Amino acid sequence: MVRRHLALAGLALGPLVVLGVFFVVPVAGMVSRGFVVDGSLDVGGVLEVLARPRVHRVVWFTLWSAAAGTAASLLLGLPAAYALHRLDLPLRRGVRALLLVPFVLPTVVVGVAFRQLLGEAGPLGFLGLDGTPVAIVLGLTFFNTSVVIRAVGAAWEGLDPRPGEAAAALGATPLQVLRTVTLPALRPALVSAATVVFLFCATAFGVVLTLGGLRYSTIETEIYLLTTNLLDLQAAAALSVLQLVVIVVLLVLAQRLRATPDPTVQRALPRPRCPRRGDAAVLAATGLLLAFVLAPLLTLLAGSLRAGDAWSLANYRALGTTGDNQALLVPVTDALLNSLRTAVDATWMSLSVGLLVAVVVTRRSQTPSERRVRAGLDAVFMLPLGVSAVTLGFGFLVTLHSGVLDLRDSPLLVPIAQALVALPLVVRTLVPVLGGIDDRQRQAAASLGATPWRAVLTVDLPAVRRPLLAAAGFAFAVSLGEFGATSFLARDDRPTLPVVIFRLVGHPGELNYGMALAASVVLAGTTALVILAVERLRVPSVGAF
Amino acid sequence: MGLSLTDVTVEYADLRAVDDVSLELTTGKVLAVLGPSGCGKSTLLRAVAGLEPVRHGTISFDGQDLADVPTHRRGFALMFQDGQLFGHLTVARNVAYALRLRRVPADRRAARVRELLDLVGLSGFEERLPATLSGGERQRVALARALAVEPRLLLLDEPLSALDTTLRGRLATDLRHILRVAGTTALLVTHDHEEAFTVADEMAVMRDGRIVQSGGLADVWRRPVDVETALFLGYARVLTGDAAGRVAAAAGLPAAAALAVRRSALVAAADVSLTGPLTGTVSGPLTGTVSAVRSTPEQLRLVVDLDGLGELDAVAPLDAHLAPGDPVVVRVDPTRVALLGRQSGVDATP
Repeated sequence: MVRRHLALAGLALGPLVVLGVFFVVPVAGMVSRGFVVDGSLDVGGVLEVLARPRVHRVVWFTLWSAAAGTAASLLLGLPAAYALHRLDLPLRRGVRALLLVPFVLPTVVVGVAFRQLLGEAGPLGFLGLDGTPVAIVLGLTFFNTSVVIRAVGAAWEGLDPRPGEAAAALGATPLQVLRTVTLPALRPALVSAATVVFLFCATAFGVVLTLGGLRYSTIETEIYLLTTNLLDLQAAAALSVLQLVVIVVLLVLAQRLRATPDPTVQRALPRPRCPRRGDAAVLAATGLLLAFVLAPLLTLLAGSLRAGDAWSLANYRALGTTGDNQALLVPVTDALLNSLRTAVDATWMSLSVGLLVAVVVTRRSQTPSERRVRAGLDAVFMLPLGVSAVTLGFGFLVTLHSGVLDLRDSPLLVPIAQALVALPLVVRTLVPVLGGIDDRQRQAAASLGATPWRAVLTVDLPAVRRPLLAAAGFAFAVSLGEFGATSFLARDDRPTLPVVIFRLVGHPGELNYGMALAASVVLAGTTALVILAVERLRVPSVGAF
Repeated sequence: MGLSLTDVTVEYADLRAVDDVSLELTTGKVLAVLGPSGCGKSTLLRAVAGLEPVRHGTISFDGQDLADVPTHRRGFALMFQDGQLFGHLTVARNVAYALRLRRVPADRRAARVRELLDLVGLSGFEERLPATLSGGERQRVALARALAVEPRLLLLDEPLSALDTTLRGRLATDLRHILRVAGTTALLVTHDHEEAFTVADEMAVMRDGRIVQSGGLADVWRRPVDVETALFLGYARVLTGDAAGRVAAAAGLPAAAALAVRRSALVAAADVSLTGPLTGTVSGPLTGTVSAVRSTPEQLRLVVDLDGLGELDAVAPLDAHLAPGDPVVVRVDPTRVALLGRQSGVDATP
């Protein structure tokens, strides 16, 4: 008994220390900056911040844009989730992979692509949406439909069709079957997806910053503006705390909503059926989504291939330079290499910590208290999902500067921050796989004389090998596109590609903008390749929450 | 009038699951489609429910072709092997599901739910959730749910197969009673001949997607069409040639080319010629010696080596005191053998 607990503590210790040093300390450091002014606690000042009219506007905008983004993602994502997981469509797998790409596309790239699409000169410029909240909501939706498709689609794919058939035989129309049988069965997955999407929308950074500018600010971009432009740390800290509180409340609420009268869901893998006449609406909606996803990307690609009024590769050739008027300190190609190197580091970091966490969380508990401890650990390592990457990045800057933790000049600083951002995704990919292994398999191995290590090699490793690879690809893609924390931490002479793109967009000059487009295409292409490779591994838990 | 299937074929990409099936089911009757697993009987049922597309042929009810009628407008009800209760609804709401769809007022709904739960013997279970019920209770609720709106046709897909043996026997009797009381027309598919005999009036035997025999229960039972059908109906083995002739003669039946025998068709008794006269024994032309004896709670199960016939299964009363090597005479119970309708010439042993 004691040995079990020691083993649990030993395994959990490493990840906890990592999380403590690189997450809790920086975030706490950042937050305390705001609360402690000149050595004394100043709660009044923080409350004063929360009373500012601009803060009210920002909070209100954050909430409604996130709600609208969530609703739109669900609306667009549900028909596609059904069509791509239950119907036997040609190119089904290809379309599924394609629709997963937006989720890992760098936020900056998506921002640039939407401005290219909706801007005055863009194909949809006549709609006059550029710089409006609608554009921001569209951008958020673009990212998050893939989350809905993955999370709900995975649940829908495994849903036993027979209760629905029983209902239909009792006289329920297809819509009534959906409302009374299918949606209740999908409720846990729906609530999870909606929660995660709301979370992503409410903490979105790059896309809001590039599409909203200074006029429309969410809590996340406001924290950025307050810290970097206005140096108002107190206000930034107040907003960070507010964000944290809102997110914790949201997660607790979601947990409540997710509870169903009967959590046991019958799993089956029915074979996808041929589309019928009644599926026309669903297929049309899926087609619409596909167009919605492809339009900005194709506009981006087309824009990157234009120089002046002619088609040309000039923008791509210019990637070897530092741009017009020395917009950059290093050529874009250097930034790309730097991004790849950083992503490799971030991947092994998040993978090793994530694997440990997944093992600790999924081991069978023998007592209720042990189970609670494991569930608690599971929740704790989801925290980076809910905390603003900006807060994390700024927290790194203000705390990791003394003694052994003086990492500000270390090339590992950026990868560590990115690894923390990717950690929840790695854990969520591995936990269902490890949790799905019947413990009796290990017991059978042990009873046949296998040592614990040998049992792991025989039982766990074969099951977890492909998901591990998939999680690695996922972490790699997320790290390539990470912008929030990196924008604080990357040094000017060692920028990553998203940082460079953001800088190029901000600098005047046609060539700079063209280079930004070309760099976006390169970055999008790289992440898309990685994610398509991951999709080929066919691990259902990738990107499902 | 009732359900009528004409030349119905259902195909999957690479498999003809239902092959040219024609069936008639009169209103008020219960028809059992009996067949081994994988014979296409569930697909047939799903086609009738409108859940599988029909490649050729027509399915009609009361003269109306159902080809363009979607599942929910057929006015049928389908009961699955494992009930498929809606896990998020209470028992009462499960039973009332179809009533709600038809906007039946709440008070009449409640009364009907009470009546149905009473019928299936589950009064007072209204507020329970399906997860808290036993397998048998779940099937009863599923039955009540299916009967709620008095479907024109009740489709039962192996309704009792998921239950253990004793419960299955009891529920089969209950099911028959409930269907009679409600006057329901029902199509039942099952692989269990006991279930089919208990519940149904008529029977169709299905194999490899085809109906090989159909008719009244007793007709099918008395005259299986071929060896496979006989074995599937629970006959222990099929005798051919000389053996068939001699056993048929011992049963007082006309000579037969193939004869299906149940395990209990041969009744053995100690050989009177060696042990002296015993009262109540029946003499017959079959004699032999006991090869093996096994005791069951109801009778002795024997293997006897019959003179000129070889080893056959037989039974004897528990008080017969037989041991291997004892000589016996064997009587044949004519109600436990059946002449095969068509000879296939194979001596099949289960």
